Amino acid sequence: MWSIIRSLWLVLLHMFWPRFTVQYPDQKPYLAPRYRGRIILSRDPDGEERCVACYLCAVACPVDCISLQATEDPHGRRYPEWFRINFSRCIFCGLCEEACPTYAIQLTPDIELGEYNRQNLVYEKENLLIGGTGKYPGYNFWRVAGVQIEDKDKGQSEREAPPADLRTLLP
Amino acid sequence: MNPTLLKIVVILVILLVVLNVSALLIWLERRLLALWQDRYGPNRVGPFGLLQVVADMIKIFFKEDWIPPFADKWVFVFAPAIIMITVLLTFAVIPFTPLFQITETNIALLFFLGMSSLGVYSIVLAAWASNNKYSLLGGMRAASQMLSYEVFMGLSMMGTVMLAGSFSLRRIVEAQQHIWFVIPQFLGFVLFLIAGIAETRRLPFDLPEAESELVAGFHSEYSGMKFGMFFVGEYLGVVLISALISVLFFGGWLGPVLPPVVWIVLKTLFFICFFILLRAAMPRPRFDQLMSWGWKWLLPLSLANLAITGAVVLARGR
Repeated sequence: MWSIIRSLWLVLLHMFWPRFTVQYPDQKPYLAPRYRGRIILSRDPDGEERCVACYLCAVACPVDCISLQATEDPHGRRYPEWFRINFSRCIFCGLCEEACPTYAIQLTPDIELGEYNRQNLVYEKENLLIGGTGKYPGYNFWRVAGVQIEDKDKGQSEREAPPADLRTLLP
Repeated sequence: MNPTLLKIVVILVILLVVLNVSALLIWLERRLLALWQDRYGPNRVGPFGLLQVVADMIKIFFKEDWIPPFADKWVFVFAPAIIMITVLLTFAVIPFTPLFQITETNIALLFFLGMSSLGVYSIVLAAWASNNKYSLLGGMRAASQMLSYEVFMGLSMMGTVMLAGSFSLRRIVEAQQHIWFVIPQFLGFVLFLIAGIAETRRLPFDLPEAESELVAGFHSEYSGMKFGMFFVGEYLGVVLISALISVLFFGGWLGPVLPPVVWIVLKTLFFICFFILLRAAMPRPRFDQLMSWGWKWLLPLSLANLAITGAVVLARGR
């Protein structure tokens, strides 16, 4: 009996406690920089697309919301012809970001994706590409990967030794 | 003014006020519960979220009004009406002020007891007609809970009846000119409060509904405005019990300075808020605990209260 009266009194006193509610549209909640929100495609420091259309994000995606078509530019660089993310399916798990070898696909702290039309949630490449580098400012995949492209031969990447001359290895 | 016309005006005013208040209680309850749980509650629609009720009503009217194919159709449709009818009829005998009372009768309390017993039919019939095991369990609980709590509800009021010497609610209020009956009848007040909570099926005695065990208990199968009628009926019951508590034990419209209407509204509102506080703070007992508590403690206590009050009244030679 005493405990009932006590708990009634204690609950009544909660009237004077501060509210925990974040009044969302008026008062934005803090979203950490690494929050997993809207997905973007970033560019490297030279302003080129980072995505090399390797399909790893599409494979890693547990709900199959990413689809793309790879193609090659005249310099031999792969890039996506089109890139499509269906945000009505996306579960913002971040596996695409973890799978990406070039830091191209990134999740951003933006959660305001509400739409009146479901079709508007399908984002095409021009909706996804941003102008900057996102979370990894200095990184340029083509400068550090030992892949041969037209304006860079093997062994010319940063922190990469020239390839061994096979003939000198002969016994 | 023509007395018949005056009566009709009084009836319409009481009906409108009571229905609107019980609709507003939905908002009040959500705001107060939020207040006691460190939240804000609905505060977006209109000033202080007051129009939330309107939004809820619009929503509930546009919901699909579905009758399950396995249900007993006519009983299913009629059941929610019973609770509204019985509770609204009971308001006829409540003396809000000397002027605002629809009918003055010398059996007002018996009328209230009869109507609240009839109200149980609403729940049991709804549960039975739903043809659903969870509904049936809820209805079964409701039947036994109401049965056992109504017994001492009647007995707990008899103390005030003895002191006032009448079943008429107006006479009971007038007998409290010098002292509110809550002081000589404190035990009766506590017992009536407990029985009243059980009668309106509010937490901690909402076992017929028990949403954590029985989906939604007796109204699991109800949707749309039929569910809304159970919902509003529950709030009407809260208003009724609060008004009755203030009439029986807290001197009804009597009070200094302020006009009678303000006093009865303030007292009723206080007990409505207390009902909501109970909901915010209390866990739900197990069903066997509820039953054994009712029969083993509350019934003997109310009998003892009755006997002692009777002895005192006799000894004072009234």
